[in-house]
Amino acid sequence: MPTRPMLEYLWIVQLLPLLGSAINGLFGAKWANKTVNWVALGSTGLSFACALEAVREFFESGQVLFRKEFFTWITAGNFRAGFDLQMDQLTVVMVLVVTGVGWLIHIYATGYMAHEGGYYRFFSYLNLFMFFMLILVLAANYLLLFVGWEGVGLCSYLLIGFYFLRKSASDAGKKAFIVNRIGDFGFMLGMFLLFRTFRTLDFTALFQAASNPSWGPEGWGQFGTFTVACLLLFMGACGKSAQLPLYVWLPDAMEGPTPVSALIHAATMVTAGVYVVARSHVLFTHSETALVVVAIVGCATAFFAATIGLVQTDIKKVLAYSTVSQLGYMFLACGVGAFSAGIFHLLTHAFFKALLFLAAGSVIHAMGGEQDMRHMGGLSKKIKYTYVTMLIATLAIAGIPPLAGFFSKDAILLSAFQIPGGHPLYALGLLTALLTSFYMFRLIFLTFHGKPRYDEHKVHVHESPWSMLGPLVALAVLSVIGGWVAAPALWGGPDYFANFLTPVFGSHEGAEVLSEAAAHSFELTLAVVAVVSALLGLANAYWLYLKRPEKAEGLAKSMKGVYTTLLNKYYVDELYVATIVKPLLWISTNVLWKTADVAAIDGAVNGLADGITAVGDRTRHTQSGNTRSYAVWVVIGALVLIAVIFLWPGAGKPVLGWVR
Amino acid sequence: MVPTNYYIILSAILFGIGVFAFVFKRNIITIFMSIELMLNAVNLAFVAFSQAWGKLDGQVFVLFVIVVAAAEAAVGLGIIILIARNRQTLNVERVDLMKL
Repeated sequence: MPTRPMLEYLWIVQLLPLLGSAINGLFGAKWANKTVNWVALGSTGLSFACALEAVREFFESGQVLFRKEFFTWITAGNFRAGFDLQMDQLTVVMVLVVTGVGWLIHIYATGYMAHEGGYYRFFSYLNLFMFFMLILVLAANYLLLFVGWEGVGLCSYLLIGFYFLRKSASDAGKKAFIVNRIGDFGFMLGMFLLFRTFRTLDFTALFQAASNPSWGPEGWGQFGTFTVACLLLFMGACGKSAQLPLYVWLPDAMEGPTPVSALIHAATMVTAGVYVVARSHVLFTHSETALVVVAIVGCATAFFAATIGLVQTDIKKVLAYSTVSQLGYMFLACGVGAFSAGIFHLLTHAFFKALLFLAAGSVIHAMGGEQDMRHMGGLSKKIKYTYVTMLIATLAIAGIPPLAGFFSKDAILLSAFQIPGGHPLYALGLLTALLTSFYMFRLIFLTFHGKPRYDEHKVHVHESPWSMLGPLVALAVLSVIGGWVAAPALWGGPDYFANFLTPVFGSHEGAEVLSEAAAHSFELTLAVVAVVSALLGLANAYWLYLKRPEKAEGLAKSMKGVYTTLLNKYYVDELYVATIVKPLLWISTNVLWKTADVAAIDGAVNGLADGITAVGDRTRHTQSGNTRSYAVWVVIGALVLIAVIFLWPGAGKPVLGWVR
Repeated sequence: MVPTNYYIILSAILFGIGVFAFVFKRNIITIFMSIELMLNAVNLAFVAFSQAWGKLDGQVFVLFVIVVAAAEAAVGLGIIILIARNRQTLNVERVDLMKL
């Protein structure tokens, strides 16, 4: 018996969801929902338990990087890529988020999907997603990570298009898949470049080689290996984590069932990009350009998506843009070198955003499928548990202390403020925090407060079953306490979360420029500013949507241009259609299809076939079927041969030479 | 000593008769016999040249041709019997299943 059984057999954590997926997928079609539940919840729950045990063993063995090669996948020359898994502090956070939040969402889904068709199919896909996500976070080299990366993309596609009979759903699935391909293209090129430079894709070996002092840092505007590789990897991260300019698929992905939006498009998969950037922090810190690009893209996305979120009326669309915006915060943190703050926000965001989506799902469930907030209102009395949990999540995302979001957002804004030239980033981040608070409370007020705007005779609002409320309560508790590990930092104590991740990210981040006392009062000031801005957003939303609802409409009318631009999401989709999709379709139709394929390739092949048919048509008449005509042909052939031999000078020499 | 030319001329005449019969006769047996005639005309030429040049190669070839002719006769006559049984005729014009 090995001393650390679970770490030694780490693949069990991944295998369990795969087994669950296979069993449900192959045999679930004829099973009762209850049996499917047992398999799906059992496999993910066991996987969560195994992950917990592995983490316990990791702590017990002194938190040293655990890495094991299970089998070799590819060998070519002296390149080796294997099924290697690793466990370090960063992995601990990711694994627990994926399995823990994933399990809660599975429980919720048993209630939410109870009356839907394709129940077994849904859970088979969801388990498969867990499998690939665990491959992604546990992988010890870029290639295996990429397997998980593509796998979650596939599951995302399958689940967005779960209601595949609805055209908009299958279109949204395709859009997600195709937009992600653009990012993956960059990711692969990045991997190739890393391999060409370092001859390995193993995290340990690669980062060790990259830490070699002979690789100097690359300054602003220098495009060396690190800058190019990091920008390419970041391109992949942009696709997966829905950053500018590749964010367009995430809002459409809301076509999928709500548990999918919670698990894949809020808590786990979309944070994979942040994970990759954090995992590659050794490379990113080499290149100033790459970091600046990450920070600017993150900050711009955070602000951009928040502004769109202000005017959306679909409850899930608001949350989708909010997710894009919060992911931007995480990249902003990574870009300013505060990787642990980014991962911290990833963790708290997984709690409160999953909760928001699940609560939104509970609202939709209560309203019998209605998603438009204009047709809700006054629900707080009727669905109390949903209301309270969603309010907690909203307070958390808005950054109201002492909930989780406050601490993580504060850490990011502080790091942005501290780096040289970071003040514009900080300002934009702070403004985004205000907007976040505004649109989230707008959602709460429109949904739960005010007068009901739906037909109370038609819609029978009902609270969800406990299978759905249980996960809501659990996530609400996590949204409250999830940030407390970093709380002591606020009154001068240690930041336990950042300290925990120090072995991974090193201590190069958050360089203390100020003295301890000064830094402390400074931090408090920034925290107060952040809270004030969040409260400002809250107050605005309260005033506009509860006190004076007519003002909101008036405001929309008086700023019609801005309002319609926001409502149409800055026309980015239209822009992409006009500049990319249309030309591509035109080229595909007219050049590739009608010219290259139909005219050139088909023309050549068909022409050849037609020509041969025509020749055959003429010559087949020689095959008359008349034996005597064949005899004549034989004689004619012989005569021609003789004629050639005698009349063509030299033709018969080699054969007849000795006769003459 | 008969001049070689005589043999060659005789051989050519026999071959020509064979070709003529091969093309114009209708009876399969006759066609078959005309093929044998052509083979033997060639044999005669071989032997004549062999004697003229004082070499044995021609005679060896004749033996080969006789062997092949014998094999051909065996297979050919078998086919003819089958045709006769199936179609109740020996007229090649009636053997026309593959006719267009």
